[in-house]
Amino acid sequence: MGAGHGHVLYRESDSPVHRLPPEVKIVAMVVFTLAVVATPREAFWAFGAYAVLVAAVAALARVGPRWLLSRALIELPFVLFAVALPFLGSGDRVEVLGLRLSEDGLHGAWNILAKGTLGVLASLLLAATTTTRDLIVGLDRLHCPQVFTQIATFMLRYLDVLVGEARRMRVARISRGDDPRFLWQLRGFAAGIGALFLRAFERGERVYLAMLSRGYTGRMPAVWQGEGAASAGQWLVAATVPVLAASIAATAVVLS
Amino acid sequence: METLAMHISNGIIDGPVAAIFAALALAALTACVLRGRRDLDDRLAPMAGLVAAFIFAVQMLNFPIFTAGVSGHLLGGALAAMLVGPWVGALCVAVVLVVQALIFGDGGVAMLGLNITNMALLGTAAAYALIALMLRVLPRTRAGLAVTAFVAATVSVVVASQGFVLEYWLGGTTDLGNNLGGLAGTMAGVHLLIGIGEGLITATTVLTVAKVRPDLVYALRSLRAPAAPAVPVAGGVR
Repeated sequence: MGAGHGHVLYRESDSPVHRLPPEVKIVAMVVFTLAVVATPREAFWAFGAYAVLVAAVAALARVGPRWLLSRALIELPFVLFAVALPFLGSGDRVEVLGLRLSEDGLHGAWNILAKGTLGVLASLLLAATTTTRDLIVGLDRLHCPQVFTQIATFMLRYLDVLVGEARRMRVARISRGDDPRFLWQLRGFAAGIGALFLRAFERGERVYLAMLSRGYTGRMPAVWQGEGAASAGQWLVAATVPVLAASIAATAVVLS
Repeated sequence: METLAMHISNGIIDGPVAAIFAALALAALTACVLRGRRDLDDRLAPMAGLVAAFIFAVQMLNFPIFTAGVSGHLLGGALAAMLVGPWVGALCVAVVLVVQALIFGDGGVAMLGLNITNMALLGTAAAYALIALMLRVLPRTRAGLAVTAFVAATVSVVVASQGFVLEYWLGGTTDLGNNLGGLAGTMAGVHLLIGIGEGLITATTVLTVAKVRPDLVYALRSLRAPAAPAVPVAGGVR
């Protein structure tokens, strides 16, 4: 159970972005996203500028465009919602390719597409350059309440427990003559979901008691907190992207 | 033809409304942290982590709903309320949402307040209110517990979906005009179906846990006479 190392989205590397302390990256990502959302939707040039910023950070973090774009598909449902908007929206109608579409709806669709995509790309960059362990350390250094980080720590550790336990139960079913295929697999899974939960809990409880007996007090060892906390210089370096984004947003607001 | 995942992404609701709900969510979560800290003992801490992990995993399963080209997923608010109580339960769901927004980009960071309000606060609160009520009214049997879990889960999902409709009405970036009623109807219908799925999973899970380790079900704690303090199972050889 190799908990706490990486996750599916983490890209092992030693780029300047990877080396930045996690708390700095979290703050930068959140501020960037807020700036994007605050931008008026008619300021098309601003979104182009944001895209350039994202591309620059991606290049610096050595994350390829193909990796980013294929992972960005998570927002697909919202893209479909955006496509529906020009048909549903009220107000002035405009002719586009022979279809009478709501102008407000078209703007709304663009708004969701642009802001949604930029937000997803920003968080993917954070995920690609930060391990989950570092993410929790970052949240902790940002003075996130301890109950919160504690639950998050356990959640990330127990995900592996849960997946491992589910795999073992599946192997057990198959070795007893079950032949799950396609949808029928679901039946065995659904019937066993309560057992899965209980087994995972009892395993998790043992992990927790083992941690307690080794001196766990609700916070990860002090080593993590002390080592590598962000210096003023690192805050300054990382601030370039959100500050640029915020000034773009401010300009767009003033111009509109 | 609304096609919505439950997580609101950036740009769907306008800034001011998102900010108001973010403030609301922050205040409510602070209350949860204060109350939850008292609840979180040696038994509940690993349980909270597991419930969060379970919800995290289960939210990855998207139900395609064929009629409208919609997909939705389970929320887990009722399961959390049942097993770890309303305060820690809301925190569990919130943790899932924060981690999903930060690293998976599921749901915009700027919309986090809205998502937390819908799924962590509204969903869990509705579920716990129902659980508290129904456990008192219904017979204390396995069937009673199952019905409670099922109904609480189903209703909480529908309530959470209507939270989105309210937010869209207050600050949707595109005016849907008369279609808002349609949005409410579609959301309710779709989430009723999701809710039934969620209800079945919640009921099965809670029943199994209640059968084997009743001490782990938070919602049953207040109903039992204060029994001997439960000793954590040492694990042993299995």
